Amino acid sequence: MLKTIRIALWIAVAVSLVVVGVLFWRADRQEQAVAFRPEFSLPDEAGTIRTSEEFRGKHVLVFFGFTNCPDICPTTMSEVAQVMDDLGPEAEDVQPVFISVDPVRDRESGLDEYLAAFHPAILGLAGDEAQTRAAVESFKVFADPEKAASAPGGYTMSHSSSLYLIGPQGDWLRQFEYGTSADDITADLKERL
Amino acid sequence: MMKPLIAGLGLATLLPALALADCAKVSQGDLSVSAAWSRATIGTARPAVFYVTIQNTGSTDDRLTGIETPVAGMPMLHETVMTEGVASMPHAAAIDIPAGETISLAPGGFHGMLMDLEAELKEGESFPMTLQFEKAGKVSIDTEILPIRAREAACGVAP
Repeated sequence: MLKTIRIALWIAVAVSLVVVGVLFWRADRQEQAVAFRPEFSLPDEAGTIRTSEEFRGKHVLVFFGFTNCPDICPTTMSEVAQVMDDLGPEAEDVQPVFISVDPVRDRESGLDEYLAAFHPAILGLAGDEAQTRAAVESFKVFADPEKAASAPGGYTMSHSSSLYLIGPQGDWLRQFEYGTSADDITADLKERL
Repeated sequence: MMKPLIAGLGLATLLPALALADCAKVSQGDLSVSAAWSRATIGTARPAVFYVTIQNTGSTDDRLTGIETPVAGMPMLHETVMTEGVASMPHAAAIDIPAGETISLAPGGFHGMLMDLEAELKEGESFPMTLQFEKAGKVSIDTEILPIRAREAACGVAP
């Protein structure tokens, strides 16, 4: 009798383990099935609203920044410019997008002229506060005006400094952390194009 | 057949030497300052950057406490700090130059932020920069203005 109970209990343990395993596996599958599709809808310098849907079919390299930053932003834009040059004809399938997290100042100082100095392919977008916040939240990045009297205009901007790669179907593919060399980014893109 | 080869070899050894010759190096006491560069700007609205390499060959620590240049009304030392992928740029009151070490102000780390530019920084030109050290005093160096797309000093870091 005792033996039967023991066997039954062991069977119950085995069954529950299998059930838990299956549940985990299904949860994992569901997560993979729902792709992360970050969106933006922001005006370019001419005032035309540009959206993430517009670039379906292309790989989109997104960067959040502001042009009053002397170090990180020019460095990252230089890397992106180098990537676009090194891709050669395949660059047509890649769209670099710069989203301003300091849109008022960036519009005033001329975003297009600045970005074109790095590479003419880079699209600069600067919206109002709500549009910018929507894009920042959709990409799950961080951007926050940081009060610092030492910076021009009275503040600097803490911001996520990675490049985000969005696939041709609008799905998030990966990020390139700050400091990833142009060569590494180009190699990764060439494998996908 | 041999002549162009020799000429080529000669050129191959001469060219890097010429390129390095462009890299100004100023020594004072135990410190030598080299590879000072900046990026060209568009107008004067945005701050420019200042990068440099400082070598301390002595046995006493020193500190870089400030920078001064006629091209900017408000030059400051900053550091780019990465915290979980988020960049912030706090003001650096001073940068330690420990004995026997070489410290670089370089993209993604310490840098000079040149605010209130007096004039647009034009590619190919240069401007003077005076570095203030706690012990070594003032050291002035000519800063090369590289293209806006430049990613590193044109002359490489002088040994």
